[in-house]
Amino acid sequence: MKVLVCVKQTFDTEAKIELKDGKIAEAGINLIINPYDEVAVEGAIQLKEKKVADEVVVVSAGADKAMDAIRTALAMGADRGILVKQDTAADEYARAVALAAVIKEENPELVLAGHVAADDGSSQVPTRIAEILGYPHINVITSLDIADGKVTCSSEADGGTQVTEVSLPAVISSQVSWNEPRYPSMKGIMQAKKKPVATVDAAAADNKINIVEFSLPAAKQAGIKIEEDPDVAAAKLADWIKNTAKAEIKN
Amino acid sequence: MAGTWVFVEQKDGNIRKVTFEMLSEAKKFGDEVSAVVFGKGVEALAPEFAKYGADKVYVADDDIFGDYNTGAYVAQMAAMIAEYKPNAVMFAHTFNGRDFASRLAQKLEAGLATDVIKAEISAGKGLFTRAIYAGKVLAKVEVTTDPVLATIRAGVFEVVEGAGAGEVVKPAIAATAADVYQAIKDFVPTVSARPELTEAPVVVSGGRGCKGPDGIKIVEQLADLLGAALGGSRASIDSGWLGHELQVGQTGKVVNPNLYIACGISGAIQHLAGMSSSKFIASINTDPEAPIFNVSDFGVVGDLFKVVPLTVDELKK
Repeated sequence: MKVLVCVKQTFDTEAKIELKDGKIAEAGINLIINPYDEVAVEGAIQLKEKKVADEVVVVSAGADKAMDAIRTALAMGADRGILVKQDTAADEYARAVALAAVIKEENPELVLAGHVAADDGSSQVPTRIAEILGYPHINVITSLDIADGKVTCSSEADGGTQVTEVSLPAVISSQVSWNEPRYPSMKGIMQAKKKPVATVDAAAADNKINIVEFSLPAAKQAGIKIEEDPDVAAAKLADWIKNTAKAEIKN
Repeated sequence: MAGTWVFVEQKDGNIRKVTFEMLSEAKKFGDEVSAVVFGKGVEALAPEFAKYGADKVYVADDDIFGDYNTGAYVAQMAAMIAEYKPNAVMFAHTFNGRDFASRLAQKLEAGLATDVIKAEISAGKGLFTRAIYAGKVLAKVEVTTDPVLATIRAGVFEVVEGAGAGEVVKPAIAATAADVYQAIKDFVPTVSARPELTEAPVVVSGGRGCKGPDGIKIVEQLADLLGAALGGSRASIDSGWLGHELQVGQTGKVVNPNLYIACGISGAIQHLAGMSSSKFIASINTDPEAPIFNVSDFGVVGDLFKVVPLTVDELKK
């Protein structure tokens, strides 16, 4: 079975964001694989280790530097990569169109991706890809089993855990709690350099959403900070909770 | 153009508050506002939406809509949009709402703004503010497709009561069994007496400073006294003290309660991103230099193992 994983290169989640000329400044920011996608890569590699999958293809749409994200996934254990060259200003629609075009050509039985990107937080692309391809999908998964041409997943739904089954081929999007992604080994990093990565141009698609402007949220101001005996501090904190924040006390 | 539609987020007839928040906000756009409810035996809910200003309530009542499933819901909504031509459709930014809106958006080749915290909709155009990078940046975006689609974050819009006509409209049922491609095998509700993290008016979170399950228990006592949701920083999730569904921050949930109390949380950037928009923030941490104090309205430099139980005692007085 061929498994294809979509990965997005994003800012490190510990990065502090600044604006420059109205745009999000990228200089000096450490770039990583979107943590949700990294979990999808790990899930795919585990399927290969269990001999459920025989090939893991990793695809990223973005700028040339997204090659680093692909190489990281290859170092973790993916077999080959495809870089879909696309303007980073592409929206979720354009991104889904570009990725779906490549997926159609690759014709995998299972498509994995993170359910959301830690940067734009859109959580649209995997579901949009599924619709373009006419595949079923399951989102926000925390477990995955494949048997008899079907995939069954647990999802972190609102208010509980949902178990859903769909037929393959399917698009499945991961929650970060699905697994613990491995660090690439030195051997893996060396091997990754020799693994094939194709570069293709993105299928043409116009954005459906335009960014009007970016701004930084008003910085929250620090208020009172006290350093006193615990009983005094607790009395003051309790008073603040009751009278300033006006929280209700249940009993 | 038939105004703004608000898709009702409900499970077994229990309507989520975010539905009323969306209706209240949609009223401000000055156009007709409709609630759209899918389900089995849901017509009785219609008067609930009129109370928050719904001029019309579209009710698609059928066995096939008993539980949310993407295929049937998308087929039905697409048919209704073609028939009634709403200007915009708003969904809750929830597990089901995101799923529904994304698949629908692609089917209609429409633009979708997700996790919206500010909305302004006029004929053929939606201007939305989204908190991206988990709230580190605000992006103002414009959707000009027909229709305009958006998912709305819970808890950001105020609920305002306002009588609407609530005229019930029953559209033709367009979804068939052939549209269903997901089999829901099981749903195991999270057993918790506490409110949902993203909807709770008060959130009490524990971090590395809890040092283990015993520390979390102390934090839980404060949470329960305040009827609060329990949350955690990445440290307490990664250590296995709390489940991932309780993580607050960039790879967890973004919360915006009236009151957020951070216990033993230093305030890594990715955690601050998930809670800085809370109205009031209190924190307890042993390190006076902890970044959490920079966003706290009330900070206590101290040991949570001492301060939190004493605070619980004080609050009980």
